[in-house]
Amino acid sequence: MAYGEKVLDHYENPRNVGSFESADNVGTGMVGAPACGDVMKLQIKVNDEGVIEDAVFKTYGCGSAIASSSLLTEWVKGKTLDEAQAIKNTQIAEELALPPVKIHCSVLAEDAINAAVADYKQKNA
Amino acid sequence: MAVYLDNNATTALSEKVLEAMLPYMGQVTGNPSSVHRFGRLQKDAIEQARESVARLAGARAEQVVFTSGGTESNNLLLSGFCQKSKDARIAVSAVEHMSLLEPAQYLQPAADIIPVDANGRVNVAQLKQVVNEQTSLVSVMSANNETGVIQDLAPLIDFATEQGCFFHSDASQAAGKIALNFVESGLHAMTISAHKLYGPVGVGALILDKRLPMSKIQFGGSQEKNLRAGTENVPAIVGFGRAAELALAELQSTATHVRSLRDALEAGLKKFSSISIFAEQAERLPNTVQFGIEGFDGETMLMQLDRKAIAVSSGSACTSGKTEPSHVLKAMEVVDMLANSAIRVSFGKNNTMSDVEKLLTALTDIIEINQQSSVMMAATV
Amino acid sequence: MSEQKPHKSKEQPIYLDYSATTPIDPRVVTEMLKYMGPESSFGNPASRSHSFGWAAEAAVEAARKNVADLVGANPKEIVFTSGATESDNLAIKGAAHFNHKRGKHIVTCKTEHKAVLDSCRQLEREGYEVTYLDPMPNGLIDLKVFEEALRDDTTLVSIMHVNNEIGVIQDIEAIGKICRERKIIFHVDAAQSAGKVDINLEELPVDLMSFSAHKIYGPKGIGALYVQRKPRVRLEAQMHGGGHERGMRSGTLATHQIVGMGEAFRIAKEEMVEENARLLKLRNKLYDGVKDMEEVYVNGDIDQRIAGNINISFNYVEGESLLMALSDLAISSGSACTSASLEPSYVLRALGRNDELAHSSIRFTMGRFTTEEEIDRTIELVRKAVGKLRDLSPLWDMYKAGIDIDSIEWAAH
Repeated sequence: MAYGEKVLDHYENPRNVGSFESADNVGTGMVGAPACGDVMKLQIKVNDEGVIEDAVFKTYGCGSAIASSSLLTEWVKGKTLDEAQAIKNTQIAEELALPPVKIHCSVLAEDAINAAVADYKQKNA
Repeated sequence: MAVYLDNNATTALSEKVLEAMLPYMGQVTGNPSSVHRFGRLQKDAIEQARESVARLAGARAEQVVFTSGGTESNNLLLSGFCQKSKDARIAVSAVEHMSLLEPAQYLQPAADIIPVDANGRVNVAQLKQVVNEQTSLVSVMSANNETGVIQDLAPLIDFATEQGCFFHSDASQAAGKIALNFVESGLHAMTISAHKLYGPVGVGALILDKRLPMSKIQFGGSQEKNLRAGTENVPAIVGFGRAAELALAELQSTATHVRSLRDALEAGLKKFSSISIFAEQAERLPNTVQFGIEGFDGETMLMQLDRKAIAVSSGSACTSGKTEPSHVLKAMEVVDMLANSAIRVSFGKNNTMSDVEKLLTALTDIIEINQQSSVMMAATV
Repeated sequence: MSEQKPHKSKEQPIYLDYSATTPIDPRVVTEMLKYMGPESSFGNPASRSHSFGWAAEAAVEAARKNVADLVGANPKEIVFTSGATESDNLAIKGAAHFNHKRGKHIVTCKTEHKAVLDSCRQLEREGYEVTYLDPMPNGLIDLKVFEEALRDDTTLVSIMHVNNEIGVIQDIEAIGKICRERKIIFHVDAAQSAGKVDINLEELPVDLMSFSAHKIYGPKGIGALYVQRKPRVRLEAQMHGGGHERGMRSGTLATHQIVGMGEAFRIAKEEMVEENARLLKLRNKLYDGVKDMEEVYVNGDIDQRIAGNINISFNYVEGESLLMALSDLAISSGSACTSASLEPSYVLRALGRNDELAHSSIRFTMGRFTTEEEIDRTIELVRKAVGKLRDLSPLWDMYKAGIDIDSIEWAAH
């Protein structure tokens, strides 16, 4: 299978790999399922102004899933929660030039940011 | 080196084709279905060959399905069509190759057979006799392997299409010898074989219009757009592609060359009193002549010619093990005695005028000796 | 063709996909070239009227003998086809069709090659009944389960000798004996075993056996079907027109390909013992080089297995990303014919492997041209890639933290 250059770049040099210690200002989203071949864990660290100041990920999945989550961490940094949630899977798919069979990876990334924000909001409700 | 005049049976693989194949027989390995680099290289080579074969046939690349040869293409066409359309009724011409006639008769024991005239041609009137509302597929070959007769397909296709039939043509003998244009012809399917045009044995194609209902008949993988399972024969496919390119580029020059040889041979043959050239009045492939010599046994002649290092055949290689007269000549209502004396000469691009002379000399010798011995036999009776 | 060695260079990936296809042995190419090109013996073997045809026919018959010799068959029992897929189709559909009056039940196994499974599915569409056996977790067939699946109307059993993905060797002698007792036709797909496992058809209770050339250093596009003569096994031809191969398979025979197959089988017979010993060493070296990593599982029985195959699941690492990380290796996850799809391997699923393990499997298959240096490099690359991807894997973190992944309710999508 031929991968696009941007997928390869994020796959070879994934940005923001890691985990945060559990804390009130951290939101965690874990989406996907091992049986389906991909699990994405996205964590965001939110400051008092409601801006995402840091984000990390870990992903079990194909190269496109890894690239989608890596790209997502770059994009959400510095965004407000609302802005982050406005990121659409189509933007990710377009940026990475994902082929049709890999669109679900970008959908998973969108799910991940939504889940992380929801988790943060629940903790800080 | 013996003189090879049996190019309708098989042709010698061209050096240029072999050159194209060699990398795929050594340095480049891989299964085209594999996703790694080795596999992708193989896949790319197949697609490039598909383009070349499509150009030769006047078709689009996506219409080309590679098979193991003409026989498989014809079987796939008939079985695959019948599997998809349950009430299929097929009509085939009486002079088709065995690889079409036999599966037709197997699928439909009382298959509708379209007769031919004394020159081996099918015309619309004959088609009308056979095609009816039940007919769903008609198959008439582009050019005959034995006589070389070229069918005038256009009016046949028009008529059959008006009747709502699909139309297939076996172009195994025509490809590389005359121009083909699948898209413009209105055909729905066409068979081509590589080893008849200086490509390798073991690969052919079925050109398919997607309107034709078709199902695969060999199962176990989704290769060839899910119409032909099995690991692709990459070197052969690559060779087929190269052979198709060359055939297209050399179409005119080869035709002119072999026609001059064939015409010289026919002129020489006419000096023998008892010779009949079959389908002489029909338009024929430029390289082919089939003739009979009254009072001679074809098989014996072939043996005698072989002893003089000349390779010809009586007709189709696939049936030349049998002693029955050719079904093609029978359909043309050639009498058995004459049909049994049939000899087919099929020239190729490697033949020369000296091959023609050698054949004529050999024939003269054989005929004279036989006439002497029969005179002697007559004297002793 | 002065330098006759399969091409290898530093820039090219290391080829460890010998079960998908093998390079043609240069000695095979040399034989094939004698039947290719204008200066060669290029005749049509069906041409009975001249020396070109006879020379080709003689070459075909010599090759037939070489193929027969490797597997202890009579040359008259070898029918050439366009490959193992066609052989499987001819054997299964041909035998089922011919014997349809005796019964319409077939027994096979879920881990068979697609050529067998899809032929069986086609027969189901035609009104036959097929039992697809589950193998044991080690990939082998439980003879008791097998025997229980047989019925009075069972006419055909098709079980592969060696599995293409996991390399396990089935006990075809025992299965064949059971079939013989019940007069059931027994077909064996031996595409992956010929030249790797001893086969003596003179003694084995096997009626039909499929072979491929390109899996044992011969050319693509050619295979064979063994059809036993005593007692005679009868088949309905699948391809008609010309009556070649004693009426069982029509179509002009590709002399050069048949010659290539013959030479490949001849070499295999000569070198099999030595080659297996060498491959076993390489395979053990590869496995020993990675097995100390945690959560590494071998798929399929490790002993009842051909020397050149090892199929390993690296748990918590997804297979496709692993293939990507190992782009310097030509390997496959699952079989070549299905690896373009995202489905986990049906073979591993049939062994009862869960989806994660099935998703994380890699097949390494070694062969005649694999070197020790290539295995060293492979071990290095695999360890690095698995380590990197586990560092990226949330599942690996959970495993290390002692969380049972099965206890989590995953939202399937």
